[in-house]
Amino acid sequence: MSSSRALSLLSKHATTLSTSTRGKAHFTFQPSTTLPSGLESMEKSKMNLMQSVNEAMRIAMETDDSAVLFGEDVAFGGVFRCSLDLQKKFGKDRVFNTPLCEQGIAGFGIGVAAAGATAIAEIQFGDYIFPAYDQVFIAFEPPKKTKSFQLVNEAAKFRYRSGNQFDCGKLTVRTTWGAVGHGALYHSQSPEANFTHTPGLKLVVPRGPIQAKGLLLSCIRDPNPCIFFEPKILYRLAAEDVPTGDYTIPLGQAETVRSGKDLTLVAWGTQVHVALEAAQLAKEKLNADVEVIDLQTIQPWDEDHVVESVQKTGRLIVTHEAPISSGFGAEITSTVQKRCFLNLESPIERVAGYDTPFPHVHEPFYLPTVHRVFDAIKKSVNY
Amino acid sequence: MALFARQLQSLTAQGIRSSQQVRLASSEVSFHTKPCKLHKLDSGPNTSVTLNREDALKYYRDMQVIRRMESAAGNLYKEKKIRGFCHLYSGQEACAVGMKAAMTEGDAVITAYRCHGWTWLLGATVTEVLAELTGRIAGNVHGKGGSMHMYTKSFFGGNGIVGAQQPLGAGVALAMKYRDQKNVCITLYGDGAANQGQLFEATNMAKLWDLPVLFVCENNGFGMGTAVERSSASTEYYTRGDYVPGLWVDGMDILAVREATKWAKEYCDSGKGPLMLEMATYRYHGHSMSDPGTSYRTRDEIQEVRKTRDPITGFKDRIITSGLATEEDLKAIDKEVRKEVDEALKVATSDGVLPPEALYVDIYHNTEAQTT
Repeated sequence: MSSSRALSLLSKHATTLSTSTRGKAHFTFQPSTTLPSGLESMEKSKMNLMQSVNEAMRIAMETDDSAVLFGEDVAFGGVFRCSLDLQKKFGKDRVFNTPLCEQGIAGFGIGVAAAGATAIAEIQFGDYIFPAYDQVFIAFEPPKKTKSFQLVNEAAKFRYRSGNQFDCGKLTVRTTWGAVGHGALYHSQSPEANFTHTPGLKLVVPRGPIQAKGLLLSCIRDPNPCIFFEPKILYRLAAEDVPTGDYTIPLGQAETVRSGKDLTLVAWGTQVHVALEAAQLAKEKLNADVEVIDLQTIQPWDEDHVVESVQKTGRLIVTHEAPISSGFGAEITSTVQKRCFLNLESPIERVAGYDTPFPHVHEPFYLPTVHRVFDAIKKSVNY
Repeated sequence: MALFARQLQSLTAQGIRSSQQVRLASSEVSFHTKPCKLHKLDSGPNTSVTLNREDALKYYRDMQVIRRMESAAGNLYKEKKIRGFCHLYSGQEACAVGMKAAMTEGDAVITAYRCHGWTWLLGATVTEVLAELTGRIAGNVHGKGGSMHMYTKSFFGGNGIVGAQQPLGAGVALAMKYRDQKNVCITLYGDGAANQGQLFEATNMAKLWDLPVLFVCENNGFGMGTAVERSSASTEYYTRGDYVPGLWVDGMDILAVREATKWAKEYCDSGKGPLMLEMATYRYHGHSMSDPGTSYRTRDEIQEVRKTRDPITGFKDRIITSGLATEEDLKAIDKEVRKEVDEALKVATSDGVLPPEALYVDIYHNTEAQTT
């Protein structure tokens, strides 16, 4: 069989394991240099991503009596400690564990939301979201129910198929997301693109604690079903001074985290930090001013913001961890080429994961690291 | 003759635990096991089982290899030579070894992520297992799968997503039935996974079409950190198949497991359809290496099980007392096992890693190695 022959041939070219590459993170967390408007005077406290998510849920549950939080292991605090002390504070009827059943969790969440309570459902790892995918996935079909996928078929289309008689807008699904250094095939995926093919859902990915708190509160309070992806590698790694009060960051709005005039670099979640590093490198080595945009909300995405930027710079690179084919970069690229056709000075580049399952031992090679992004910047500015 | 005389001597010297063992022949002993609980069955496996010396030594060795291999994996993890997820089987050896003892050529097994022991039992070497954990070329999948994804010819893995293996197992059984094989597919899952909707679907299909699948719940009392009472409306997992008959088995007694599996296999082979077995077992380590395993149960509880219900020491006592093996026989096996695992460790910590081109191998049928 060809593949085992290929493997045996490749084994002859074995490389030694560089534990240093696999051991450390492929990026450095860059704390936000500016705060969302109006928050400069608010009291701040140093928090990491896990704590800011915890804060957001605490505030949500304090300000909304109907809010409930459920998922696998959330009662004791959750496997990443995001729901620490919440059961203690709000009681067992508002914070409770579910058995091991993602489709059940999503469907149950939709029901809770449809009946008028605010539901915060946690899916422990984004990779486990696929049994729940059906329940989420209800789109533009006429009111004939096809096979069930909770999130896509039930949640996203509930309002549409009932002519606004029912909706599950009060549902927010929180799930972990992205590479963590050792997660391998089923604990590292970035599944957001799968859901962008479903109108009716809002999808959000924060890059750090300040954004996470504000965006999560927005999701919980948004009258549409939302999926909030939390980059698990940032839970402890990302710490900054976060405003301690109740604040929201609007959904559907991107943020320019670094201004520049030569090239637009769009990313979200962990990849924003890789982008910032690549931008810094581009300034040093190529004297290129790269503008880095954090998309924040993937669906609906801030088209105008990105388009305005590309009209200024004439060059675009989109970068994400998910595999390149049909990753969300494809959608951005297509829209921008249409709206900015005459502004473009070079072809739009995408720097993304390769089209393979998320690998075990090849993770450092698979990820779109600083060097690959820098390479794309170099190609673009020299086009 | 001399052997028989020696056995007689040991018998009279110690006194026979007559309810426990009866000497049948000089090289075979009979033991009593805990009876199985039955669900929608009129009769079940025998509680009187026989064991010969050859098998006794083999089962002891098999369980020891798994125990040692898992310890070695645990240590490698603590040394950060294994990263990510690593779920150890220590404490549950009797389930795997007992079931394997009843399997025949052509039977298949599929399980979830607590699969290192099974992989070895079903044909991989200790080196293959440990090297896969450390991500080296000598590994079972050359380092591409990791802890949760290991396979052999009749072992369908090694599955990371909880419950995903249940319908797969039913499918394998369908293929066996279609090909008129007198085989079963042993489909394992845990008490946590017993609440997955997929199990319900797979069970229905299996019974509808009388598939030769054994759904086996390895109930070790905890789904990660959640005790069974907190996750399941019914903790009688062997009855959860409802219209599928079931057996509850003492999973810490390898002979009980073997007997039950043999019985279950005969049931399936005769075309009567699926069965749902529950192995009452226990795991010493936490859910995975990131879980100390003591925040949801006490250290005393773990120690208690180690002292009174450990599958290996329990079996060891039985075979020594009954004269099937001596202390020296077992010590020799221990030494051999230690050597095998140590050698595997050497390879697992020194072998090379696949080059980056291997990233693209095996995405499709016969993919060429590519790079963008």
